[in-house]
Amino acid sequence: MIRIANGQGFWGDSLEAPVDQIRRGPIDYLTLDYLAEVTMSILQKQRARDPQAGYARDFVDLIARVLPDLKDRRIRVIANAGGINPMGCRDAVLERAARQDLPLKVATVTGDDITDRLDQFLKRGIELKNMDTGEPLSAIRAQVERANVYFGAFPVAEALGLGAEIVITGRVADAALTLAPMIHEFGWKETDWDKLSAGIVAGHAIECGAQVTGGNCQVDWETIPDLADIGYPIVEAEPDGTFSVTKHSGTGGRVTVASVKEQLLYEIGDPTQYITPDCVADFTTVHLDQAGENRVRFSGIAGRPATNYYKVSISYTAGYKAMGSLVYTWPDAYRKARAADQILRQRLTRLGLRFDEIRTAFLGANGCHEIPAAEPTPEIEPHLPEVVLRVGVRSENRAAVDRFTREIAPLVLNGPPGVSGLGLGRPRVEEIVAFWPALIPKSEVRPEVAIWPSAS
Amino acid sequence: MAKRELIKRRLIEIAHARSGDKGDLVNIGLIARKPEDYPILVREVTADRVKQHFAGVCQGKVERFELPNLGALNFLLHEALDGGGTMALKADPQGKTYSTALLRMEIVVDGDAA
Repeated sequence: MIRIANGQGFWGDSLEAPVDQIRRGPIDYLTLDYLAEVTMSILQKQRARDPQAGYARDFVDLIARVLPDLKDRRIRVIANAGGINPMGCRDAVLERAARQDLPLKVATVTGDDITDRLDQFLKRGIELKNMDTGEPLSAIRAQVERANVYFGAFPVAEALGLGAEIVITGRVADAALTLAPMIHEFGWKETDWDKLSAGIVAGHAIECGAQVTGGNCQVDWETIPDLADIGYPIVEAEPDGTFSVTKHSGTGGRVTVASVKEQLLYEIGDPTQYITPDCVADFTTVHLDQAGENRVRFSGIAGRPATNYYKVSISYTAGYKAMGSLVYTWPDAYRKARAADQILRQRLTRLGLRFDEIRTAFLGANGCHEIPAAEPTPEIEPHLPEVVLRVGVRSENRAAVDRFTREIAPLVLNGPPGVSGLGLGRPRVEEIVAFWPALIPKSEVRPEVAIWPSAS
Repeated sequence: MAKRELIKRRLIEIAHARSGDKGDLVNIGLIARKPEDYPILVREVTADRVKQHFAGVCQGKVERFELPNLGALNFLLHEALDGGGTMALKADPQGKTYSTALLRMEIVVDGDAA
């Protein structure tokens, strides 16, 4: 049995979680997911300013902080912290290890970045069509920022096979970070579809960190113990493809069949076809048992052969947006907020400003749910204590969006009464980075695995 | 045999849910709190009803998938995020609260089962 922990569900997740995973109980592997889709573009902007940047700096600080513990406990770390500069991330980690006089083997998995090859692909008739809309990439080619392939678990397993104590990857499918140590330890083959699928389900279960251990859990949420000290998830994996999800004893949160079901259903499509680079997992085969307190056992998982394609995530710039908010108070808070929205829209029209979209949400009334069933009834509507008016605009034209940001604050003095600006100041104009999902034949790209210091 | 009485319940009383995004699409996993209530979800919470429930929010089709092993249904709401992710100007651009929005739905259940 091996223990694989997740200590980071996204870049921006708890900084203490990975440290707790290392120090508060036994684990063999620590996986960390830093790359949301939007992260690559943020990293690109950082690297444009500093050629040495372009990776998750938090990861380097984390390794520097816990390196003696990793050594003592022989824990190996797998992280997609490399972003668009995995070599730079590796060098930074090695430098921090050298400062502590600790020898360290760090491997990289690269080759996922195909930004510079896009035109070559297009010329050869690989259209990189949008998977959702069917449009060819040529429609937005000029706006493309980055293109990265999602690799699977096998190159990461190869890096572990080379003896890496830390594996730094670029873009790799999130769940593959968890599957990789199983392949490495148990000798699973590329055609062990059921076992690979089990590993992917394990990865899916823990890739969003505490969202499987009681975080964001709707069942009896008020009785979930000590969310302030919530434990992050650990997979205890067996060579036959069965595994349990649990957490360190003494930590908060709760691991139940209910909390696990919620996470299994998170961000999936057709449950019989969870497509990954390594296999196609069938979530309708998962059998769950409450095997003990804070322990759910998974069995019965089956899957099918992988497809001949990798998914590609292509980021591109798509104009500008800004959001402004004001809060209206009792009495008639909702009516005032709606009136202010109309006044604002009239002023924008009078200014001749055109937007691709203007969108209003009334927080406190039905700002998130927005459906008819969530609309306040006529009886309670006049009594709502306060309603936040939140207006957003989007346009190709930065100047129009910027002008919008100056039309929010005046409403406090020249619009409906009983309103506060929330102390937020003028809204910020943001450049939009949008995503273009596409497929590419696996034969077109190859993962590259390297280790430092190189084999002696 | 006692007379059957049909009564209205909110979905939240017999189910829990989680939602997330993929581009302009939202998925909502709807899970029976008790396995024996799963058939009620299958019967009552059809793709059409979900589409109706999200009127004005979901512009595209609604697909439904069954996971009897988990006592759960998975719904895909197409064109439901105002362009999706970073494009969306919505207060909930990643569809995280569509789960609780679905749980507002009223369904009809057998009085004995309730």
